[in-house]
Amino acid sequence: MKNKLLPFSIVLIFITIFIIFYKGLQDTNIYTPEVKTNYEVPSVSVELFDSSEIVNTLEIFNTDKFYLVNIWSSWCVPCRQEHPILMDLIKNDNLKIVGINYKDTKKNAKKFLEALGNPYNKIIFDNEGTDAIEWGAYGVPESFLINKNKIIKKYIGPLSKESLKEIKLFIK
Amino acid sequence: MKILKLFLIIFFIFPVYSLKANNEILKNKITKNLRCLICQGQSVYDSDSEFANSLKIVVDSKIDEGLSEKQIYSYFHSKYGEWILYDPLFNKNTYFLWLLPLLIFFLGGTIIFKKINKKT
Repeated sequence: MKNKLLPFSIVLIFITIFIIFYKGLQDTNIYTPEVKTNYEVPSVSVELFDSSEIVNTLEIFNTDKFYLVNIWSSWCVPCRQEHPILMDLIKNDNLKIVGINYKDTKKNAKKFLEALGNPYNKIIFDNEGTDAIEWGAYGVPESFLINKNKIIKKYIGPLSKESLKEIKLFIK
Repeated sequence: MKILKLFLIIFFIFPVYSLKANNEILKNKITKNLRCLICQGQSVYDSDSEFANSLKIVVDSKIDEGLSEKQIYSYFHSKYGEWILYDPLFNKNTYFLWLLPLLIFFLGGTIIFKKINKKT
C-alpha cells in the first residue's frame, strides 16, 4: 500500500504543477491595469489651480451630483484628443468636471485651456504627480466617474465616443 | 567651552544625518519591492518614468509621516492591488504559492530519507 501511495502522490503533484503552468501559459503576459471601482474618493489635501488654496478633496465632491475627475496635462497628446468629449459632457447639468493638472506648468496649462476651451468646474494642481497616485492612477489621461463620494467607473486612457455614451447613460 | 560647543553640535547634528541615511536605505528597499506598473520588468527604484518618480516622492513622504514598511506596502496595495508588490502578501490567494515549495521540499526529503533507510 505504502509503495503505491508514493508514486501516486508524485504523479498527482506533477499533474497539479502541469495544470498551473499550462494555465499560466494561456494568460497574457502583458499587464492590464486593475480597474477597481466602487471605492471611496481619497481624502487628501490638494492645491487648487486658480487660487493656490489648499483644500481637502472631500470639500470638492460635496454634493449628490455626478463628478468626472479627469487627469490631464498640456504636454499629453491623447488629452487633446479627448478634450472635445469633455467639452460635450460639460453641457449636462447633472455632471461637474474636476480636472487634475498632472506634472504641468500653470503657464502651459492656461494656454492649453485658452486654445481648446475650459470644461473644468475646478482644477487641482498636481505638480509632482502625487495626487494622481492617491487616486490610483497610472498616468495621463485618466478619468473617474464619481457619485455620492464613490468612484463608480474608471477610464484609463483617452475618453472615446463609447465612453461618452456610457457616461451619459450613468448621469441620465 | 569650545570643546563643549563642538560636542553639542556633533551630538545634535549626527542623529539627523543618521536618520536621513536610514530613511534613504528604507526608501530604496521599498522602491525595489514596488513594480513600475507602466514599465516592462522594472522596479520603481530602477525606473525613471513619470509614474515611478511620483511613487518615489510618495514613498518619501510616507516615511516622513512615520509609516512603517508594512503600512507603506499596504497603502500601495490598496491603491493598485497585489500586482504592484514584487513580494506577494501571505493571504488566501497566495497560500498555495508560498506553501508549494515547502511541500515539495518535505516530500523530496521523505523520498530521500526512505531510500537511504532502505539501503542501510
